[in-house]
Amino acid sequence: MTSLQIGSVEAVREALAADGYLADRPLALAVHLAVALEQPLLLEGEAGVGKTEVARALAASTGARLIRLQCHEGIDLHHAVYDWDYARQLLALRAAEEGVEEGELFSRRFLLRRPLLDALESDAPVVLLIDEVDRADDEFEAFLLEFLSDFAVTIPELGTIAARHRPVVVLTSNRTRELHDALKRRCLYHWIDYPNPEREREIVQQRIPGVPEAIATRVVTAVGRLREHGDLYKLPGVGETLVWARALLALGEDADLEETLGAALKVHEDVVRVRQGRVLEGV
Amino acid sequence: MSETVPMLDSLGALGAALRVQGSRVGVGELLAAHRALEAVDCCSREESRLALRAVLCSDRGDLSRFELAFAAVFGSGQVADDGNPLEELGTIARQALPRAAIPGSAAPAPGAAEESTAVPAAWSDVELLREKDFSHYTEAEMALARELIARLARRGPTRLSRRTRPVRRRRGHQPDLRRVLRASLRTGGDPVHRHWRAPRRRPRPVVLVCDVSGSMTPYARMLLQYLQASVAARRRVEAFAFGTRLTRITNELEGRDHDRALTRAAAAVSDFSGGTRIGAALAELNRVHGRRIGRGAVIVILSDGWDRGDPELLGAEMARLRRSAHRLVWLNPLAAHPDFEPLTRGMRAAVPHTDELLAGNSLASLEELASILEEI
Repeated sequence: MTSLQIGSVEAVREALAADGYLADRPLALAVHLAVALEQPLLLEGEAGVGKTEVARALAASTGARLIRLQCHEGIDLHHAVYDWDYARQLLALRAAEEGVEEGELFSRRFLLRRPLLDALESDAPVVLLIDEVDRADDEFEAFLLEFLSDFAVTIPELGTIAARHRPVVVLTSNRTRELHDALKRRCLYHWIDYPNPEREREIVQQRIPGVPEAIATRVVTAVGRLREHGDLYKLPGVGETLVWARALLALGEDADLEETLGAALKVHEDVVRVRQGRVLEGV
Repeated sequence: MSETVPMLDSLGALGAALRVQGSRVGVGELLAAHRALEAVDCCSREESRLALRAVLCSDRGDLSRFELAFAAVFGSGQVADDGNPLEELGTIARQALPRAAIPGSAAPAPGAAEESTAVPAAWSDVELLREKDFSHYTEAEMALARELIARLARRGPTRLSRRTRPVRRRRGHQPDLRRVLRASLRTGGDPVHRHWRAPRRRPRPVVLVCDVSGSMTPYARMLLQYLQASVAARRRVEAFAFGTRLTRITNELEGRDHDRALTRAAAAVSDFSGGTRIGAALAELNRVHGRRIGRGAVIVILSDGWDRGDPELLGAEMARLRRSAHRLVWLNPLAAHPDFEPLTRGMRAAVPHTDELLAGNSLASLEELASILEEI
């Protein structure tokens, strides 16, 4: 039995922290439940709050294999589960003088394994990350629904392949569209919010070793003001906070925050608005 | 056993309380909740609350409903749970306030059921209706027009998808290796018969933003019907209504029952027939729903452009919307008048950023919208 197992909520929290991911208790509990109940976990939240990182840290800290399926527009079975290596099949077909059995042509030798099949057949415990599932279309979502309930896929030429061990599944969504109710109901749900200032400072110090206290405090205060501003098109996430802190680290502790605003804000109107409103004055 | 029965009862009560508020909680969720409680330390109130929340919520909107239901079933425990008491107050206040119905469409009379299924007596009836201004419609005509509106709402923009379908050869298409290989099995391994694939066409997202302020009242009831029909007929349609603030009504408008959908939407919109602040509404659209609109959508604004807000704000927000949209169409019922000039402050700020300015006062103009959408 090599499924992933973690004893308690606190153990999850410590495991994530060991890999540099500081989870709050509700998140740790959601992850614990996903592992204990073997149910997929759907993470939603604003951009840059660390949805993808959860899966990465969970895999790294438990020694599980991380298999990532990045969803995109038009993704289908052949991107996600398997495909046949047609070029090699054609070559084999031409090379064989006296013809080839069809069964031989559609054997594992010519099978290209994509992330989902990989996750089913892995011997080691697996954390399966299905990233940005909202980018895929309805048809693929319907397939995922089936996949997540049976953990098996059917390849017409080979038969049904079932999971050796149920992988821990983490789905992330950016909410560019509403996911189907049926898919949501199959999952545990957690909304990741922006961290509070203390936690965000801890994250900065954890992720950028050797960053001076002063820089961490300045950046976290500045980001907090931007998020409270209420009139910006795109708010900075934790990812932006880290980039900003690195920028200050490179330029020196006293670097001007407004000059480096491009690390946090990526919309021209937002930058202008913050500069004109003197939002960062005194930080 | 004796221990689990009270727990099952309270879980059932919790599920019922959530369902009353509109969350979808079925037996499957309750079973999962039961298993979740076994997986955590269920002597701890906080622990159980978090576990139940993870299992029973499937949407951000569910979170606040869950807090209310949890407090109702298990008592509020310590007073300072992290739910926000002010939020609760807000919903109570709203419930107490009288709600506006869709203007002009008083509750259907008992005998009105037949009216809603009226069919045009002759083609000429429909023909006359096409050019008639929505504000002069009688109740009977509104019912007649419903069928036509539903037909128009099915027509919408498409775009090329990255998914492909098999086609006959035309230039620029990719080879379909899967089928070529299958076919070559029959010809001794020689790929004699070639096959090709080309991108499919998919519906392009549409965002409909309807003005329901006082000056739009004569038109809003018909335009809302168009919104409802669009949401029901096509995929990837988002609907919003605004007066002084913006309300997303996509979920309310879903479902087959036309009248119920409109009643739900009317209940969700708190500022029917009030003032207009288009700029502020679009600002909210850009900020709160920016992700949902996404890129590459066709955005249709249905408003007469009478704006009491700041025209500069409206201009800036229109510019932003134009940049993130594929096409921006403005339907203005006043534009039907032959002498119409976009002179109101709001229209003057908005027009430079629109791709198309249409009338939107009659079925004919909605038909024009449908053909423009199809061409996009």
